[in-house]
Amino acid sequence: MSEFIIKNGHVFDPVQGIKGDKKDIAVKDGKIIDKVGSGAKVIDAKDKTVMAGALEVHAHVAGPKVNAGRWYRPEDKHFDSHKKPGITRIEGGKSIPTVFKTGYEYARLGFTFAMEAAMPPLYARHVHEEIHDTPIIDEAALPVFGNNWFILEYLKNHEVENTAAYIAWILRQTKGYGVKCVNPGGTEAWAWGLNCLTIHDPVPYFEITPAEIIKGLIEANEYLGLPHSMHLHQNDLGNPGNYKTTIDSLRLAEGIKATNNFGREQVLHSTHLQFHSYKGTNWGDFESGAKEVMDYVNKQKNLTIDTGNVTLDETTTMTADGPFEHHLHGLNHLKWFNVDVELETAAGIVPFIYDPNNAVFASQWAVGLEIALYAKDPMRCFITTDHPNAGPFTRYPRVYSWLMSKKCRDERLHSFKKADKVISATNLATLDREITLYELAQMTRAGPAKCLGLSKDYGGLAAGMNADIAIYNINPDKFPSDGPEIEKAFANVAYLFKDGKICVEGGKVVDMGHKQTFWVDAKVNENKQVMHDIREKFLRYYSVNENNYPVPESYAPHQHIIGVDATKA
Amino acid sequence: MNTVTLTVKKQPELYLECENVNPDAFAGKKADDIAKLGAYQGKEMSTVGDYFTITGEAGATAADTKIIVNGDCTKMKYLGAKMTAGEMIVNSACDMYTGSWMKGGKLTINGDVHSFCGLALAGGEFTINGNAGNYLGAAYRGDWRGMSGGVLRVKGNAGSDVASFMTGGEMIIGGDVDIHLGTHMEGGKIILKGNANRRVGGQLVKGEIYVFGKINVMMPGYKPVGEVDLEVDGTKATFVEYIGDLGERHPKRKGEVVYGKLFMKK
Repeated sequence: MSEFIIKNGHVFDPVQGIKGDKKDIAVKDGKIIDKVGSGAKVIDAKDKTVMAGALEVHAHVAGPKVNAGRWYRPEDKHFDSHKKPGITRIEGGKSIPTVFKTGYEYARLGFTFAMEAAMPPLYARHVHEEIHDTPIIDEAALPVFGNNWFILEYLKNHEVENTAAYIAWILRQTKGYGVKCVNPGGTEAWAWGLNCLTIHDPVPYFEITPAEIIKGLIEANEYLGLPHSMHLHQNDLGNPGNYKTTIDSLRLAEGIKATNNFGREQVLHSTHLQFHSYKGTNWGDFESGAKEVMDYVNKQKNLTIDTGNVTLDETTTMTADGPFEHHLHGLNHLKWFNVDVELETAAGIVPFIYDPNNAVFASQWAVGLEIALYAKDPMRCFITTDHPNAGPFTRYPRVYSWLMSKKCRDERLHSFKKADKVISATNLATLDREITLYELAQMTRAGPAKCLGLSKDYGGLAAGMNADIAIYNINPDKFPSDGPEIEKAFANVAYLFKDGKICVEGGKVVDMGHKQTFWVDAKVNENKQVMHDIREKFLRYYSVNENNYPVPESYAPHQHIIGVDATKA
Repeated sequence: MNTVTLTVKKQPELYLECENVNPDAFAGKKADDIAKLGAYQGKEMSTVGDYFTITGEAGATAADTKIIVNGDCTKMKYLGAKMTAGEMIVNSACDMYTGSWMKGGKLTINGDVHSFCGLALAGGEFTINGNAGNYLGAAYRGDWRGMSGGVLRVKGNAGSDVASFMTGGEMIIGGDVDIHLGTHMEGGKIILKGNANRRVGGQLVKGEIYVFGKINVMMPGYKPVGEVDLEVDGTKATFVEYIGDLGERHPKRKGEVVYGKLFMKK
């Protein structure tokens, strides 16, 4: 494999604490090393910004739910489908792009890893088929557990060991990465036409509360010592007044310490916090609760969060939070898709237009930015759009421009039709903070890598780490103050190295790289009880045979298995 | 107003996507520049000049440009699509998406058009001096935003699913239509001079449909409320007025429920 030396760039690397100093980066055999020989190819990064490849901590980019969105929204693709010259295939779709476009666009933005945020275990094969077809970027997927019948039954009696054994079994069957929990209990209640809007609402039939599910899953996750923590989409998403439920849920992690060998410090990752930080009692007196929520997050060191920034676009909402999608359909009357996944989970999809002329949507935009701007520790707060729920990930450069330039976000804020209402309902106008390039590297590189337990190889530019490097046409000494210029600079990397290979050059995809699928193989003590329960449930309830359930290796031929030993003496 | 004349010189092997054949794309261009405009055939990009002989030159703006297309266009899609001003006359039958997403200007087709023409028409005048296929003036597949303005006139018959999701504008059909006329309508006006097959105004929330001929099978969600004398597109007659679709949600104005209306000529 060829050698490279990236010369004269302004390097931003939180792993080594480098804040824009000029430093040469040497690359050999897919890794960053201290020195290369004189024959190495020189990449001139003068007046450019050099960072590690970015990591996406939460996006819906592969699987049955995303694909259902694609086929039921042909109109999303019709006006945004093109073939660029070169080796790329046709790129279709705006909020629900094809797998090919997903890979290309992430690479053009400087990303080298993406986490599929919700994998229904029963349909894991479909998730892996799409992950396999997504070029360039490494990916992993989080199976959903928060409404799984096994989990509900075990945690009702607080059987953490059995829960952990079942999680380990599912991760191996589905080639999953960690523990995702969506609207704990609420999605199961949806099968009865109900929901769980606080963490103390009992789940019908199972007689367990969301609080018990959340706490139990955190404990099981730490029992196993998985690379990533429990990843939570909380109850009561998107409703005024939900910030109290949000803080109540976060409190459940108090006193629990991270147990793992991956350098991860948090025990709970709370996703798309924007949707969970609302005050008020209805959409009329709706206010931002970002300050209250972030005050708590800032104090509590064992939490990480991501933002879920609304980008003010037409998009497609999709989540395993079935009841919420029905609620959304009732608000906008657009087409609604709903599916139940047997014993495991459910999903819903509704197209959504975040119209900037609407005071509520404009306020949601403000709340998302507030979350990031209130974050005291950028290593624990990551930027997402919960793609595609709050907006497509292709809008990250615009989100960065709002966060990095007070002028840019104030222009947007004051040009809203109902600007006065938005300004009085949120605190954004009072915030002067501008995220720096170093903080951006923390929020998009080092932070998410640590949170996902991948900090050994990802998120930094130290010797020995993966040669995943993004070089942007940004001179930090002359950082643009103009929003569109910031956006342009982040939208197309000058270079993207993936495992030491140039995959994007001048915004153009030139190599498909060697993408890998990451999954976690956790070894646990033999558990006869759990194996018996699995056999019984398959015989009695599942529509498939137990032998047809696992994802065969052929579905993830380029797999990278992270081994975890959770056997106890 | 300057006139550009296009004459088909070669038939595409597949179908030619003429997204760049409209007054907006031509504006400010001479024949040579127009010839260089792109046109997809399948995934291969070719040019307008590969398939048409071009004479004349366009005006400075779309509004100053008139386009005349001669020759067989039955394998040409998107003619006049997305035009905002100016005038265009096609002396042939055309394929899909003709006049779709039009915002203004005048488009006349002297022949038949295939399905999915005049989709989501927002303004201007679109006249078809022939028959139209299915989904005339409807929303794009999957979309919920149909025809919202302008005037769409068909001399002959149209197919099924005409004017789905219409929210505004006016559509006049000289002949007959098949099933599903004005499904999901939330505004606008349809005048049908001939007969309709079944399911006229299904799930209609708001808007008006005038039928001069017969409806083969009436929707059960419509209720007769009386008779009215009207002048519709130059014809004076007595119409039986129905309200509906009673199975749908309906908006309220000043405390009164606003129903969609269906008028059947006596």
